[in-house]
Amino acid sequence: MPTTDIHKQSPPGCAAHRQLFEDTVTRLMDRLYGAALRLARDPDDAEDIVAEALGQAWGKLDQLRDPGQLEAWLFRILNNCFIDACRRRRSRQDRETELEEAEFEDEAFSLFEQLHQPFLLWWGTPESEFIGKLLREDIQRALDGLPDAFRVVIVLVEIEGYTYEECARLLDVPLGTVRSRLSRARSLLQKALWQQGREAGLVPAGRHRPVAKHGGAS
Amino acid sequence: MSREHINCEELIEQLFVYLDRELEGGTCTAIDHHLARCRECFSRVEFERQLRDRIGDAGIEKAPERLRMRVKALLDEY
Repeated sequence: MPTTDIHKQSPPGCAAHRQLFEDTVTRLMDRLYGAALRLARDPDDAEDIVAEALGQAWGKLDQLRDPGQLEAWLFRILNNCFIDACRRRRSRQDRETELEEAEFEDEAFSLFEQLHQPFLLWWGTPESEFIGKLLREDIQRALDGLPDAFRVVIVLVEIEGYTYEECARLLDVPLGTVRSRLSRARSLLQKALWQQGREAGLVPAGRHRPVAKHGGAS
Repeated sequence: MSREHINCEELIEQLFVYLDRELEGGTCTAIDHHLARCRECFSRVEFERQLRDRIGDAGIEKAPERLRMRVKALLDEY
């Protein structure tokens, strides 16, 4: 993508800049706030993170060389604000509460394996029906229930579309750590959704199958 | 890993890396070929895609009016 200096057409702080910035922020506001809320979990903290991020972004808009990157740039600043807030809180509390590697069972959990019934292939797909019955609130609750280290990678990769490498850079952890956290995060998330689904009566209460391998094309 | 053919077990191992678009082209093509003829794996991939879409939706939340006003005030300060 060719680089276009945002300030070549107009000087920093001018009305055109403000218009571009405001239009972009208005368009992205629900996504910025949503991402901040999923990251921080607390509505007040999420508001603070968005306000801080947009204040910082506006203050250093002259550092953005390519207006086409404004959206990605805003999300990057937002994520950094969240990470900084975590680190500040961690140092205040003087204990490892945020973004740490927690101890969890390693057994992988697959929602699909629990729900899928191969013999129903032509008549129904209980796994798709299950997803269709999940409320937005179910998914938010399952996400919010994940430990920080795992929730953050899911939000970055599945909600914000970060690559593993971008994620590793932002969190300052090795690529392998991103991969392992992501894998455990998905397992925990799917297990939480399964448990919530059972509580809500979306699947028969007694149903729980060990993860099985299937035969198919090879 | 780059290869022409991939079996079900290998596909499941690579499933999320595939959905995350982190696989190199050769393996992606092998998975695409496998998915074109294996109904079980196709169902699995579609399920994970649907779930992923729902998770993505959870990242959009109506921002409070108070926050919009706060941001506008921030811009006005400069």
